Amino acid sequence: MGASQETILQILHSVPQQYPFRFIDEILELDEEHIVGAYRFRVDEYFYQGHFPGQPITPGVILIETMAQTGVVAFGLYLHMKRMTPPLEKANGLTTLFTVAEGVEFTGIVHPGERVIIRGEKIYFRMGNLKSKVSMERENGETVSFGILSGRGVPAGKL
Amino acid sequence: MDEQTIFNKMIDILRLYTKDPSLLDKATKDTHILNDLKVNSARLVDVIIKCEDTFGVTVEDDEADKIGTIGDAVSIIKTKLG
Repeated sequence: MGASQETILQILHSVPQQYPFRFIDEILELDEEHIVGAYRFRVDEYFYQGHFPGQPITPGVILIETMAQTGVVAFGLYLHMKRMTPPLEKANGLTTLFTVAEGVEFTGIVHPGERVIIRGEKIYFRMGNLKSKVSMERENGETVSFGILSGRGVPAGKL
Repeated sequence: MDEQTIFNKMIDILRLYTKDPSLLDKATKDTHILNDLKVNSARLVDVIIKCEDTFGVTVEDDEADKIGTIGDAVSIIKTKLG
């Protein structure tokens, strides 16, 4: 069974990344096997000024981060929450570390103002580590990036 | 399966995740997987899963948490294989 709207809002609230480094607006689908999220790149994101002057495109590293915030961070917080006995009412108190990016490829350019859909499928969630097969596509379904990303949750304040 | 065979298979598995495979040439049962072989801690789960596939056993997360050295892993696997 998928997550309730209330749970989805809790997870969104618990994602620790904030402006100007927050790249998740919505969670559209969420269960223990997969997540689908969305983000619209604002035309005034700070990195467009330099990447590139007069010809703004979204940096690949930001696309990876965007895939990770849905496919590893939000998904991982949900899986952590589900594993807690009894389930935590909130996944607050965990921050997340990006640990591995494998086989990441970019197949398209994302322009300012574009909305992207991020899909994550669980490969494993063990010992607090989430490994996820993640992809990003435009609203028309065209894939712009994909890869395998991993991360782990750590108690806030332990960094 | 005897202990030496398990050890040799473990070395083959670790070769996939060690940044410097030459470190495995002198590895013993006391070699620490993270500290001595410089395996990324995030890769430890991959090592455990590879062990499960290779040896046909299931390693619970709390057992995996206790694995520090190659010998620790060999011991758990040998016990499970009976």
